[in-house]
Amino acid sequence: MAKTLYEQLGGEAAVNAAVDIFYRKMLSDDRVSRFFEGVDMDRQASKQKAFLTMVFGGPNNYSGKDMYEGHKHLLKMGLNDSHVDAVIENLGNTLKELGVGNDLIGQVAAIANSVRDDVLGRGH
Amino acid sequence: MSKLTFDGIAYNRTAEESVLDCLTRHGVVVPNSCRSGICQSCMLRAVSDDPPAAAQKGLKETQKEQRYFLACSCIPSGDFEATSELPQLTRTSAQVRAVEKISPAIARVRLDYSRPFDYRPGQFLNLYRPDGLIRTYSIASVPQFEDFIELHVQRTEQGRMSRWVHEELKSGDLVHISAPLGECYYRPGNTEQPILMVGTGSGLAPLYGVLRDALRAKHSAPIWLYHGSRTRDGLYLIDELRSLAREYENFRYFPCLSRESGYEAFLAARANDAALTEHKNLKGWRVFIAGHADMVGATKKRVFLAGASLGDIHSDAFLLARN
Repeated sequence: MAKTLYEQLGGEAAVNAAVDIFYRKMLSDDRVSRFFEGVDMDRQASKQKAFLTMVFGGPNNYSGKDMYEGHKHLLKMGLNDSHVDAVIENLGNTLKELGVGNDLIGQVAAIANSVRDDVLGRGH
Repeated sequence: MSKLTFDGIAYNRTAEESVLDCLTRHGVVVPNSCRSGICQSCMLRAVSDDPPAAAQKGLKETQKEQRYFLACSCIPSGDFEATSELPQLTRTSAQVRAVEKISPAIARVRLDYSRPFDYRPGQFLNLYRPDGLIRTYSIASVPQFEDFIELHVQRTEQGRMSRWVHEELKSGDLVHISAPLGECYYRPGNTEQPILMVGTGSGLAPLYGVLRDALRAKHSAPIWLYHGSRTRDGLYLIDELRSLAREYENFRYFPCLSRESGYEAFLAARANDAALTEHKNLKGWRVFIAGHADMVGATKKRVFLAGASLGDIHSDAFLLARN
């Protein structure tokens, strides 16, 4: 049987390896860092972990509604397509740093892109 | 069928049912979201038995040791007992052994306590005044060295508890304390991992406990402690810390003053600035941060950006109570 995307990436171990790198990139990125001002870092890290698990194709039960609910307070702060682009870029660079090939990075980016409309509240 | 006891009530559980599914089926509401062991919103605590390993995946080591687990991924092999009760709600009495002013701003409170009371130096507890006023303090004592619990109470102008401790509390008085809480403590192992400690004011209390616990565990890598205060009044235990620095060559101590200068023995800087100027790359380090909540939040972010892993950053943020 063909391996799933999640298995090819290395499963939970890969998520654990990626979460610190990814979160650090997000906090250091002037385009998106303001959205993380004043948030509890441990709680944020577990959300990032859930997000990475989802975009790595791992087990999750998140719905479009969850994605919308989780980000709607950020829409008031001006969250838009450019920020989603920044997230996908940081995600790709994180995976590159972990030695993941372009094909798999493309698949992860596609999953991340698939929730763009929910995150930005289109259709809600 | 096996028995699942939750908050003292027994429920029937089928062999393949998770704790969360079982409780939900019986109409017990447990907060939950992803139901996949990721979001951690369904965290509960086992009463006495260790939870299955699968139910603790992704939790911090300190949480695992305290038997926290995720209800959605917990399928016990037999009978199991769990609680949603937070340990801060339990109370035990303690008697004041001594209250001493060890600096103009800090009172050192030593309490005789009844066993069992398993705590780790650096954890915190709630202190209950007889009239019901509650405040949280960190534990500076080490059970292997001291047979009392030591707390450091910083006097604040509007502080009802701190003024009472400074002015009225005396040896022989009875108070109540909660069970120990929190995860700002030293975990044995990785003794070659450098440690950075940053504290302000009575944030030294947990760090003093963690430091002596680490030295006791023969932590061999360098341990750097930056203790800061605005003014000279807030620095304390200076002689004790200097003497530890002489005794242990891997321990380095830097008292810092942010608003007063002219002291040769102290760095004229904020503790976190001094620490991060000296240590720009914290990859692989263990970090302990304690003190004023704003300082803790800002420092946590800075040490993370300097390379420390989130799982290696332990902090204890002090909030001023609203009167």
